[in-house]
Amino acid sequence: MSSLLNVNGISVSFDGFKAINDLSFEIGENELRAIIGPNGAGKSTFMDIVTGKTRPDAGDVVWGEKNLSLIKKSESDIARLGIGRKFQRPTVFEDQTVEDNLMMALRNDRTPFAVLFYTFSNDDKQKVVELAESIGLSEEIGRTAGELSHGQKQWLEIGMLLAQEPRLLLVDEPAAGMTKQERNKTVELLKEMAKHHAVVVVEHDMEFIRDLDCKVTVLHEGSVLAEGSLEQVIENQDVIDVYLGR
Amino acid sequence: MQDAVLTKFLLRHPSVLVFLGMLAVFTIAVTILSEGFGMGIVSTSLVKTLGKTLCLALAAIAMDLVWGYCGILSLGHFAFFGLGGYMIGMWLMYARTELIVLKANAASALPLTPQELSDAVGVQIFGVVGGSEFPVIWAFSDSLLLQLLLVVLVPGILALVFGWLAFRSRVTGVYLSILTQAMTLALALYLFQNDSGLRGNNGLSGLQNLPGLEETSQADVSLWFFWGSAFALGFCYVIAKLIVESKLGNVIRAIRDDESRVRFLGYNVEGYKLFVFVITALMAAIAGAIYYPQAGIINPAELAPIASIYLAVWVAIGGRGRLYGAVIGAIFVSLLSSFFTGGQIPNIPLGFYTIQWVDWWLVLLGLSFVLATLYAPKGLGGLVDKFKKA
Ligand SMILES: Nc1ncnc2c1ncn2[C@@H]1O[C@H](COP(=O)(O)OP(=O)(O)O)[C@@H](O)[C@H]1O
Ligand SMILES: [Mg+2]
Repeated sequence: MSSLLNVNGISVSFDGFKAINDLSFEIGENELRAIIGPNGAGKSTFMDIVTGKTRPDAGDVVWGEKNLSLIKKSESDIARLGIGRKFQRPTVFEDQTVEDNLMMALRNDRTPFAVLFYTFSNDDKQKVVELAESIGLSEEIGRTAGELSHGQKQWLEIGMLLAQEPRLLLVDEPAAGMTKQERNKTVELLKEMAKHHAVVVVEHDMEFIRDLDCKVTVLHEGSVLAEGSLEQVIENQDVIDVYLGR
Repeated sequence: MQDAVLTKFLLRHPSVLVFLGMLAVFTIAVTILSEGFGMGIVSTSLVKTLGKTLCLALAAIAMDLVWGYCGILSLGHFAFFGLGGYMIGMWLMYARTELIVLKANAASALPLTPQELSDAVGVQIFGVVGGSEFPVIWAFSDSLLLQLLLVVLVPGILALVFGWLAFRSRVTGVYLSILTQAMTLALALYLFQNDSGLRGNNGLSGLQNLPGLEETSQADVSLWFFWGSAFALGFCYVIAKLIVESKLGNVIRAIRDDESRVRFLGYNVEGYKLFVFVITALMAAIAGAIYYPQAGIINPAELAPIASIYLAVWVAIGGRGRLYGAVIGAIFVSLLSSFFTGGQIPNIPLGFYTIQWVDWWLVLLGLSFVLATLYAPKGLGGLVDKFKKA
């Protein structure tokens, strides 16, 4: 299988502490993958490296058919190449409406002059309406994002990801702080997304992972401890020792 | 086509029409009441003060755009304002001095050679700093057109280079403010030097006299500049409104609120900041170029960092992130300031201590800045919002 993203032996340390240690990881087109691991395992840092926020000390991150190295690229370049990211804490632009949040995220020319003279066409309006519908925020489209509930903000952020039309989505703890109902809806959303995008989900919640029903990668101390189906992984002795056993 | 877009824009944002309407009424009223044109109730010096105030309002709009909308607390925009003034001042001073020298020599048998003329003008201009040679930076001072070009080029290029270096290194927040302040201070200190080529602390003077129009009274000239100030303010207000209401307006507000998130959306944040920084520097420069011919004199003290801080204070008191707020803040505070510091209010003797308004005004201003920041983040503009809702 040809892989979409290939992470080869990356390492990074903060003040001598190895947050990521010789980590390799691969994900294919339209694949859904869950990453689990205890707090501080390096899950968010891994996403920071892939999206260009943090530069690794060693290793390489290779993208797409052309085997492009992402290591020296800026966050915005990487985003435009087709990698979208949802942060652990919901980050939407609270001062602006749901519609404006989605409109900004739509995949369009992002150079300042093109953006200055941009007109919100009917096509784009239609896209925003459809996106809002898919994340269940049709009613809220004219509201200021700051007024949304925590769960709605998470969905809006996922909607913004979709608006970018990325090929790979990195989703960091989407269900954190959600009610049971909201969580179920999020699972549906992610599964739906994985039909047309590669999706990597970081999550703590075992039940959530089970519902996702996909291949699981276990991170521990900055490297891969185990990989496979959830059943395989939870029977792995190493995993039981460091994670589930506690 | 262009007209249709503009019409649609104005219909969608009636506040622009309200603003332009008020500005027009004000301009016509002052003109009718002025000495130069009408009833002579508004003195020429008051016309100049009002014209200058409109220029300050324009600088405040620039500040609101860069700070209120894009989140860059620049303490350098008054430096761009001052540079604009210096650039137009060089032509005003050169051209007028040249005319004076030519006039003085009109009676002599031999016409001056170009070299003699240049020397004579040089002595007139640079005598105060013990020089007579024209520094290279005056190379274009005999051409109004070129100096006008420099009004935008010099501050524009400075903003471009400075902004590029600062934003590229991802300097943000208070560190960026300090950096802009350092730039302003360095520029002011440079201009203070006698060999800066711009007459050191003497600055440029006599700027209220337009070369070749000695016969025209200041009452008329003051009105021209007043109209120019009003036009520039109205024009830039519309430009600024177009920017903030466009998608670029959405993006820069997003940058203000969470710039790293904007990066992950695929926007090159540095490019946007640079765009706004340079555009607003140009607005400030144009404001300065209209302001100083009304003030008559510009010297390096005008560019001191405190002036840029005032600009931020006006915008904060007027209310950030709403263009009219900046205008209200600039007009309100600067007029109040000239009221307090102009000796109109008698000092209050307390026996053991006398309250001197020149000093205490600053305390009042500082206090209202702190209070506005803490308790009325929407500033005076917030009152307008309440009014609009009612
Ligand atoms: N910028 C940083 N500076 C210093 N330490 C960091 C930084 N980012 C992450 N770390 C450390 O790296 C480790 C992994 O963090 P993180 O990737 O956030 O873990 P998680 O798997 O919980 O998302 C943690 O010990 C964290 O404290
Ligand atoms: Mg994390």
